[in-house]
Amino acid sequence: MISADLNIILPEIVLAVWAMLALVGAVYTGKDKMATALVWASAALFLLVAIWIGTTGSGDRAAFSGMFIDDAFSRFAKVVILVSAAAVLLMGEGYMSRHKILRFEYPVLVVLSVVGMMMMVSAGDLMSLYMGLELQSLALYVVASLRRDSERSTEAGLKYFVLGALSSGLLLYGASLTYGFAGTTLFSGIIAAATEGHLSLGVLIGLVMMMAGLAFKVSAVPFHMWTPDVYEGSPTPVTAFFATAPKVAAMGLFARLLFDAFGGAVADWSQVVALLSLLSMFLGSVAAIGQRDIKRLMAYSSITHMGYALMGLASGTEFGVQAMLVYMAIYVTMNVGTFAFILSMTHEGEPVTDIRALGMYSKKEPGRALAMLVLLFSLAGVPPLVGFFGKLYVLQAAYGAGLVWLAVAGVIASVIGAFYYLRIVYYMYFGEDREDALDAGGSPLLWGLLMASAAIMVVGVVNLFGVEGAAAAAAATLVN
Amino acid sequence: MDNLLSIVTFLPALAALILALFLRGGDAAADRNAKWLAMIATSATFVISLFILFQFDTSETGFQMVEEGSWIMGMNYKMGVDGISVLFVMLTTFMMPLTILASWDVKTRVKEYMIAFLLLETLMLGVFMALDLVLFYLFFEAGLIPMFLIIGIWGGKNRIYASFKFFLYTFLGSVLMLVAMVAMYADAGTTDIPTLLAHEFAFADFEVLGIHIVGGMQTMLWLAFFASFAVKMPMWPVHTWLPDAHVQAPTAGSVVLAAILLKMGGYGFLRFSLPMFPVGSEVMAPLVFWMSAIAIVYTSLVALVQEDMKKLIAYSSVAHMGYVTMGIFAANQQGVDGAIFQMISHGFVSGALFLCVGVIYDRMHTREIDAYGGLVNRMPAYALIFMLFTMANVGLPGTSGFIGEFLTLMGIFQVNTWVAAVAASGVIFSAAYALWLYRRVVFGDLIKESLKTIQDMTAREKWIFAPLVVMTLWLGVYPSAALDIIGPSVEALVDNYDTAIAAADLGGPVVAEANH
Repeated sequence: MISADLNIILPEIVLAVWAMLALVGAVYTGKDKMATALVWASAALFLLVAIWIGTTGSGDRAAFSGMFIDDAFSRFAKVVILVSAAAVLLMGEGYMSRHKILRFEYPVLVVLSVVGMMMMVSAGDLMSLYMGLELQSLALYVVASLRRDSERSTEAGLKYFVLGALSSGLLLYGASLTYGFAGTTLFSGIIAAATEGHLSLGVLIGLVMMMAGLAFKVSAVPFHMWTPDVYEGSPTPVTAFFATAPKVAAMGLFARLLFDAFGGAVADWSQVVALLSLLSMFLGSVAAIGQRDIKRLMAYSSITHMGYALMGLASGTEFGVQAMLVYMAIYVTMNVGTFAFILSMTHEGEPVTDIRALGMYSKKEPGRALAMLVLLFSLAGVPPLVGFFGKLYVLQAAYGAGLVWLAVAGVIASVIGAFYYLRIVYYMYFGEDREDALDAGGSPLLWGLLMASAAIMVVGVVNLFGVEGAAAAAAATLVN
Repeated sequence: MDNLLSIVTFLPALAALILALFLRGGDAAADRNAKWLAMIATSATFVISLFILFQFDTSETGFQMVEEGSWIMGMNYKMGVDGISVLFVMLTTFMMPLTILASWDVKTRVKEYMIAFLLLETLMLGVFMALDLVLFYLFFEAGLIPMFLIIGIWGGKNRIYASFKFFLYTFLGSVLMLVAMVAMYADAGTTDIPTLLAHEFAFADFEVLGIHIVGGMQTMLWLAFFASFAVKMPMWPVHTWLPDAHVQAPTAGSVVLAAILLKMGGYGFLRFSLPMFPVGSEVMAPLVFWMSAIAIVYTSLVALVQEDMKKLIAYSSVAHMGYVTMGIFAANQQGVDGAIFQMISHGFVSGALFLCVGVIYDRMHTREIDAYGGLVNRMPAYALIFMLFTMANVGLPGTSGFIGEFLTLMGIFQVNTWVAAVAASGVIFSAAYALWLYRRVVFGDLIKESLKTIQDMTAREKWIFAPLVVMTLWLGVYPSAALDIIGPSVEALVDNYDTAIAAADLGGPVVAEANH
């Protein structure tokens, strides 16, 4: 029995053991000198595990009497998490070693947080949910303040920690209420507590509390306040990490909780999610207009995108989950490319985050500027780029569930949002030459990731690389 | 050739890709190669597209040369042409080599310029050939990206404002259409345009937020599509982006905008609004008529007081598009025939007028009407060509402009006499502003010092105008060349429309109610 359970969580065990071995090994040998090797090894391991999960996983299995679930949904999310984490880890290596903040703890903490994320998307019980969430969050709090001598970075870490702790508290409180009223922490038990499509008042309050906690993790309005500050203050590679894998994990957990535990009472939570979605889309789009710092701008951009992904969830249908998964996969791909670009923004070797410094970048670096242009239009959801299909998916899901007002609001927000993406294009292509213009060139790795991401946005229009089918299978296992 | 349409559509994009990947260096030689490659690619596209015209069977009213392949999200990659779209395809492939030729003197970022125009051609052709809703939307919207860059990079002084206004204005219009498309998919279960043309959308009245909607779902969908196409067209009162975009865009950009991009709105009305939502169209037609009539009179008056030549022609375009919308929603043979004819004709005439402005702008670097006068003394060839297109713009019999205006007025007269009367006054106004412009620029004494050395048109410039002159006159004296191709498809369209309206059994009061 126990060996069968362990067999199911083998990928997580491998990663956890690797993290500890790496930690001990590095402490006793070269410490920070080992960091570069650890980064590469961890990234390689991520990719291997992703291939392992993606190719060998099949069926629907549960370990530890349902506390840990391995199904198509969790595998889809895990592959996206692992691949994006690998890309972001590699991306940041050059930046961090240049600024002498590449400590050996960094890859170790990232691996641990990834284990937490994998746990989150596989959670089948309120306990394992919380465990995964905290493992992920604690590791992230530390990496946010990795630059110990910088006020911004420590402030970011502290802010993230305090607010994160608050949200964890809310979530815990909700979980305890749910347990109290439903009599079990297992999702499969909680779902039985819904009678005739509605929840008892106690469970309902518990659900809302937990949703507030999770909304914080996906940075949905009105729980988004931390996002811009943490994005801005953290070292850029860490920001890139925040914007990708943890968002997928939190969104996956959100879907897991809503459908596996509260799938019997869709009507009770669908309006709440719809409201979160509406507010996120509009606030993100409007607030980003005034930003000059590209990291802050990306923070608001990710708030907007979470709004769209939540639109898929709000529909409360299988198609909605599929739409959300496709949206997240596309979102992560775009953000990897965008942050590869942001990481290569330097002026005389120093990192630059002011978008005005992009003035006439297209003359100096036509290739990179073009790739970024493609990504920006894709982020704005302009066809024929892949970002558009993500939007189309969630719009269809929302319309299909009768949320026409949300779909209309979504497209209007996308027009507002288009403005600030266009503004970056404006600086790159129509702006003026500046004295503090960006340096030409940059690391070939970043160039490669940027180009790959942009190419995916263009070529993906042919068949979305088959992500549809995988997402459909994943959604089917979750919503049933 | 089974995939003739795809070849024509993607040939320019292929050339753009070759330019982007293989053309290195920014010296004069590279610039020359970029121009020649663009010229060859657009010309080859035109030559190949002639096969579409030759293969086209005018007796057939359905879609021809259809290509189909499966795509994502249960949609199909489906292309095809019918009598309504085939001439727009030809117009596009015909105009593009001329615009490339007109941009021969571009100095900055030639390679990017050519790439943008080549991509734009692919996207415009795709719009006219797509037979899948989402594929149509894809091409329709994607065209904004190259046009945004063309205005923003190679435009005039106020180009930033114009490019943002152009992009956001048209984007806002289109996203509502996207929601409508999602709704259509939910209702009909397909995004295939031929199937949707046969699908009947519900038209039972319902209430939204306490407002009684006559025509129900069809009216809502019609309005969403209208938001997009009316902006694109552009119709009064959402036309304000056009003068800005035209004035700031480089000459070739203005030509493409006026000759082809504006036609997408009219094409959309004919492909979607009229046949798919006949009840919605019928209910909303009075609104369109009066908006068109106002557009014709109001923008003509506005054109009268313009001091910038491009702006004047831009306003005249809005007025001429007023005839088109009026003709389309008259929904009879003459009206729709005339609307399509007017769009084709306007493509040649307004394109040529912008080129005329480009000719003197290249020499004097100003578009102020006051800066000119007496050009006939030094530029006789220019004066002749400008005269011809001014007359075509006014709608002089013998030019293509006359046929379109006459047919649309005839169509609307059968439906709504008052609108026809108001719109007919636009013919006089257009004569007023066009002839006055011509007098101020070309006639009079050559007294301005700066104009004393101005040169007449070069051989290259004459070659650009030659095909346009031929087409304008040929269609003017022999309109059947186009009308025979359009006719059968339009007849089928009008028949279906009348059948649907008769079946829907709309009483008189229903239509009257929509007026307020």
